[in-house]
Amino acid sequence: MVLKARHKRFILIAIGLILIGLAARLILNAFQSNMVFFYTPTQVEKGEVPKGTGFRIGGLVVPGSLKREDDGMTVHFVITDTAKTVPVIYKGVLPDLFKEGKGVVAQGSVDASGLFTASEVLAKHDENYMPPEAAEALKRAKMQGTSSLVMPK
Amino acid sequence: MIPEIGHFALILALLVALILGSFPIIGAARGNAVWMGLARPAARVQFFLIAIAFLCLAYAFASKDYSVSYVAANSNSQLPLRFRIAAVWGGHEGSLLLWAMILSIWTVAVSIFSKHLPDDMRARILGVMGLVSVGFLLFMLMVSNPFDRLIPAAMDGRDLNPLLQDPGMIFHPPMLYMGYVGFSVAFSFAIAALLGGQLDSAWARWSRPWTTMAWVFLTLGIMGGSNWAYYELGWGGWWFWDAVENASFMPWLVGTALIHSLAVTEKRGSFKAWTVLLAIGAFSLSLLGTFLVRSGVLTSVHAFATDPRRGLFILVFLVIVIGGSLALFAWRAPTVGRGGKFGVVSRESFLLANNVLLAVASMSVLLGTLYPLFLDALGLGKISVGPPYFDTVFVPLMTPALFLMGVGPIARWKNATVPELALRLRWAFAVSVATALILPLLLGHWTPMIGLGLFLAFWIFAASAHLVRQRLSGDVATLLSRAKAVPFAWWGMVIAHIGIAVFTLGVTVVKGFESEIAVRMLPGDVAHLAGYEFKFEGVKDSVGPNYTASRGQFRVSKNGEERTMLFPEKRLYTVQNMPMTEAGISPALINDLYTSLGEPLDGGAWSVHIYHKPMVEWIWAGAALMALGGLMALSDRRYRLRRKKLTDQKILKATR
Repeated sequence: MVLKARHKRFILIAIGLILIGLAARLILNAFQSNMVFFYTPTQVEKGEVPKGTGFRIGGLVVPGSLKREDDGMTVHFVITDTAKTVPVIYKGVLPDLFKEGKGVVAQGSVDASGLFTASEVLAKHDENYMPPEAAEALKRAKMQGTSSLVMPK
Repeated sequence: MIPEIGHFALILALLVALILGSFPIIGAARGNAVWMGLARPAARVQFFLIAIAFLCLAYAFASKDYSVSYVAANSNSQLPLRFRIAAVWGGHEGSLLLWAMILSIWTVAVSIFSKHLPDDMRARILGVMGLVSVGFLLFMLMVSNPFDRLIPAAMDGRDLNPLLQDPGMIFHPPMLYMGYVGFSVAFSFAIAALLGGQLDSAWARWSRPWTTMAWVFLTLGIMGGSNWAYYELGWGGWWFWDAVENASFMPWLVGTALIHSLAVTEKRGSFKAWTVLLAIGAFSLSLLGTFLVRSGVLTSVHAFATDPRRGLFILVFLVIVIGGSLALFAWRAPTVGRGGKFGVVSRESFLLANNVLLAVASMSVLLGTLYPLFLDALGLGKISVGPPYFDTVFVPLMTPALFLMGVGPIARWKNATVPELALRLRWAFAVSVATALILPLLLGHWTPMIGLGLFLAFWIFAASAHLVRQRLSGDVATLLSRAKAVPFAWWGMVIAHIGIAVFTLGVTVVKGFESEIAVRMLPGDVAHLAGYEFKFEGVKDSVGPNYTASRGQFRVSKNGEERTMLFPEKRLYTVQNMPMTEAGISPALINDLYTSLGEPLDGGAWSVHIYHKPMVEWIWAGAALMALGGLMALSDRRYRLRRKKLTDQKILKATR
């Protein structure tokens, strides 16, 4: 079969569009399966977080909660949004700006006992800077806190 | 007084930019030579005025004038002079001034090296650059004035972010901005061509060297930034797919597509509309990148809540530039006409395919960078998209692109055939497949990703070797003269492509064979990694100009033979009371050894991070080769010839 030039061009354009469509699908799929959601300690406590897959939590490191195991590299600490707390375990070197009482974001997953195993701990480079996720967690807890003020003492 | 002079110079610069952005363009439309003639002097005066403003701000930093609010926020009396000067672009306002300064440099450069252009074309180009300048100057004067006074003056400054107190800060931002802003030239050429309806191959020829120049700067800027992150952040990484990095990578991807597309437009007259679109895209992404990084929107999308005018101005500016140029494109592009026809298998097709792949890749980066911001801004939740997304996307997109890089330069223009290409590339293919299969086994282990990366790197090496051999084949006696006859631009292309191969090789090896440990070490302890012994010899206190440091000492040996000493530091910058890690690195061709100090533990012990990074330096060497290739293309004879011809004409005129 001999194709006319016009048909040939049409087929080529169609193939091109299909390939671009496939690329778009690949990108969107990759995007969807690699999105990391953010939750507050309150949501973790309520069990509103995905089981098995990773997510981020943010808040403040509870003062006095930082403990090291004997190997010196495994650390335990507690993250709070001032309403609820989440215990965290992390093995590795903590970032420069990790400090008790300061904002922190951790990425990892939570097990049945409620322990959060962090694969990554982030604290950004500015003494007064609050990671946006941590700030959000505190804000949400505060909003709920204000509503509880209405209740009779 | 000095800051007021700077402020006043900015106001005058805005007036001059308004003249530059209006009269020459209107003059070009009406054929008014006097109005068009205003472009060149206006470009020069604008440069002069912005340079005065820039020097005034630099003087305020150097002389520690903490009555200027921007200086007080980004400097400190303890800060060494070189960082006080670099602090000029350490924050939002000063970065904008640097941007405007560099734009005025490019504008003057265009006004000097555009004598061969038709008067109306030159007037339009300089006019469009003037309009961009109006936007930036207006933005500074309205909402981001670097010369705002602080009353009462601060006793001392809040200091430059310690992370930025590094030689990288002196070179990286100006380099990057030279690249970003350099794309404004390609953009202005495209807009001027659209306005004048002269989208021919001459336009592409004029635009090419400027675009290549900008691309070289951007490549070097990104390379410098990546290297800086590697040694400064202390995590041993060289690319984090951080939004700040993505902001510079997107224009690079589109700019890379643009320099290739321009080549086709110049040589074959094809892809005209696509080239214009890429020129608009590269500059739009540069603008977006500048604002993303420098507006604080990344730290928090609600940063603008404190000053909503800034966000509004940026949005309006972006809409005018991007929307306006796209509207012009839509209006004018149909008149462009089609270029030369080409077959399905031809160099044009391969270049087009790579162009599309690069454009799609930059769109995927745009999605991953902006979507989380949109969700957050709309209050729909907080998400983050990390390296896994970009890794997943980039491997399938870049694999065909790198493969085609081997084929494209060998294929003929207009029409090539698959059997012929296969025949000519069969040895290159065999060599790269064999390398991909065997080399990893010699190095220790084989994974599909290592195999793929090595295949692509050696494919480009082998195909480039074939290309060079074919070009120089013939009698040995005349080899030298024939090599000299090959245009520099062609060698530039080969070198830049080899740069990609070197880069790919570096990435593949470091990703496939790197190793790291994090351990607690007491003085005298020895850690083992990748066959090396790292002996920790304790930590000494040392004092810098504005920090105190704990300086660790590591003696590295292999099989009992001493190799090197590493001195990682943990610094505490006293003004902001901020700790910083300085990695101790021994860079080498084959193996980087990298240590960083974590934190002090009980009993004089430290937590220590040790990395073994094989061939990581090749990543930056590859980028440097790409830039070198770009420079070689720029030094091509035909650009020099034209200037020579021009001076000849001048002499002729003068003697007449």
